[in-house]
Amino acid sequence: MPSRLLHADDFDRTIRRFAQQFTEPYDDLSPLAIIGMQTRGVYIAKRIRDRIREFRGVEVPLGVLDITFYRDDFRSLDKVPTAKITEIPFDLDGLDIILVDDVLYTGRTVRAAMEALMSFGRPHRLRFCCMVDRGHRELPISADFVGITVPTYTTERVQVRLAELDGEDGVVVTEGA
Amino acid sequence: MGDYVFNQRHLLGLADYSAADIRHVLEQTRTFREILERPVPKVPTLRDKTIVNLFYENSTRTRISFELAQRRMGADVVNFSAATSSTKKGESLKDTIRNIGSMKIDMVVVRHESPGAAHFLTKCVPAAIINAGDGAHEHPTQALLDMYSLLVHFGRIEGLRVSIIGDITHSRVVRSNIIGLTKLGAKVTVCGPKTMMPPFVEELGVRVTYDLDEALRDCDAAMALRIQMERQDGALFPSLREYHERFGIRMRHLEQYPDFVILHPGPINRGVELQSEVADHPRALILDQVTNGLAVRMAVLYLLSGGSRV
Repeated sequence: MPSRLLHADDFDRTIRRFAQQFTEPYDDLSPLAIIGMQTRGVYIAKRIRDRIREFRGVEVPLGVLDITFYRDDFRSLDKVPTAKITEIPFDLDGLDIILVDDVLYTGRTVRAAMEALMSFGRPHRLRFCCMVDRGHRELPISADFVGITVPTYTTERVQVRLAELDGEDGVVVTEGA
Repeated sequence: MGDYVFNQRHLLGLADYSAADIRHVLEQTRTFREILERPVPKVPTLRDKTIVNLFYENSTRTRISFELAQRRMGADVVNFSAATSSTKKGESLKDTIRNIGSMKIDMVVVRHESPGAAHFLTKCVPAAIINAGDGAHEHPTQALLDMYSLLVHFGRIEGLRVSIIGDITHSRVVRSNIIGLTKLGAKVTVCGPKTMMPPFVEELGVRVTYDLDEALRDCDAAMALRIQMERQDGALFPSLREYHERFGIRMRHLEQYPDFVILHPGPINRGVELQSEVADHPRALILDQVTNGLAVRMAVLYLLSGGSRV
């Protein structure tokens, strides 16, 4: 039986909170840029960008990052994973970058993302935002902005559901097989 | 695309690849093309792989392109060229590859004058084999980069009319292109002197003409082939000048048929298959082809790097 941790209205409230938190320290938003991680992080990043546009009237640059080529588990995979597109249409040098993903778990994806971003330049500051932090870190990594923190078992599956892909917004935890 | 799984272990020729396999390679190429635009155009994906480039035939751009693709992905690279190796001392291909195989390699890129050389290697070592040209048989990465260049320019391959002009008999580039392009639904015309046209070529599903204007009149892309002096046994045409007069693409053709673009696998014999001004014309995609070749080879290396080997 899946248990629902966030409903659509909580979800939207969290997006608005992120938009506030991201922009709070800035009078001028020009040093700020957001990068969404493929696949679900991209949709969340777009929502945050849209919210920022609504109440600050500024379009914050948005990039898309795929970390496939930086994974550390190639040796244990039988088939190579299909890579998705990366598109970062701005220069990272000197910017405050906020990386956005759906779920923070072992921290290995974030590590790969940090390595990937360094080949695009040298940001002034790099921070990380996730919708759900489910624990079980395998690397010394933590998030700067968190939607909800949920203690989980490793056998459970945490899914961030999105209207664009799943027809509804929310966060759902299901028992693993 | 949902349930599609890329299951190829080697790239010996496009004859072994389905249309879905080819589309998958071209789709993945897009992601590598983007990497080449980054300030640091490198990824660490193949850092635990060792790749041998085994070149029994001369090659500049294909070898450099493969080597650069390998280094851009962090692989360890060993280059072997027949001219400076034990082949001169009489060692056979099989013994060479077995010796190299004992050094724990993951992939072999091979170019050899004998058709089937790449296929033969799959039986000698447990590595992934990539054919970089075997005699007049296939040169699959060249065809893939040609197709990728067409895909980027036109946004599609299905329904494109592609004319290939030159020595159809001796060209492995033509074979791979005909196979790949027709699998993806392009309409291929081949054109060249009768002495350079193999018998029964129509059975590959192509239109044949011996008239250059006929080939160019309604085409979207014209692929001019290099006249390969090294593969001519006897005189197949009277002179280079006469070849140029009848089968060389000239400025007149660009003016007369204002739509088609020009591809060439390189290296160009200026004034033979292409008039020099045509080679440098904005409608020539020749330098894009070279950059795309790097991305295609990265994609192929990536896709064949999977799975644990012993």
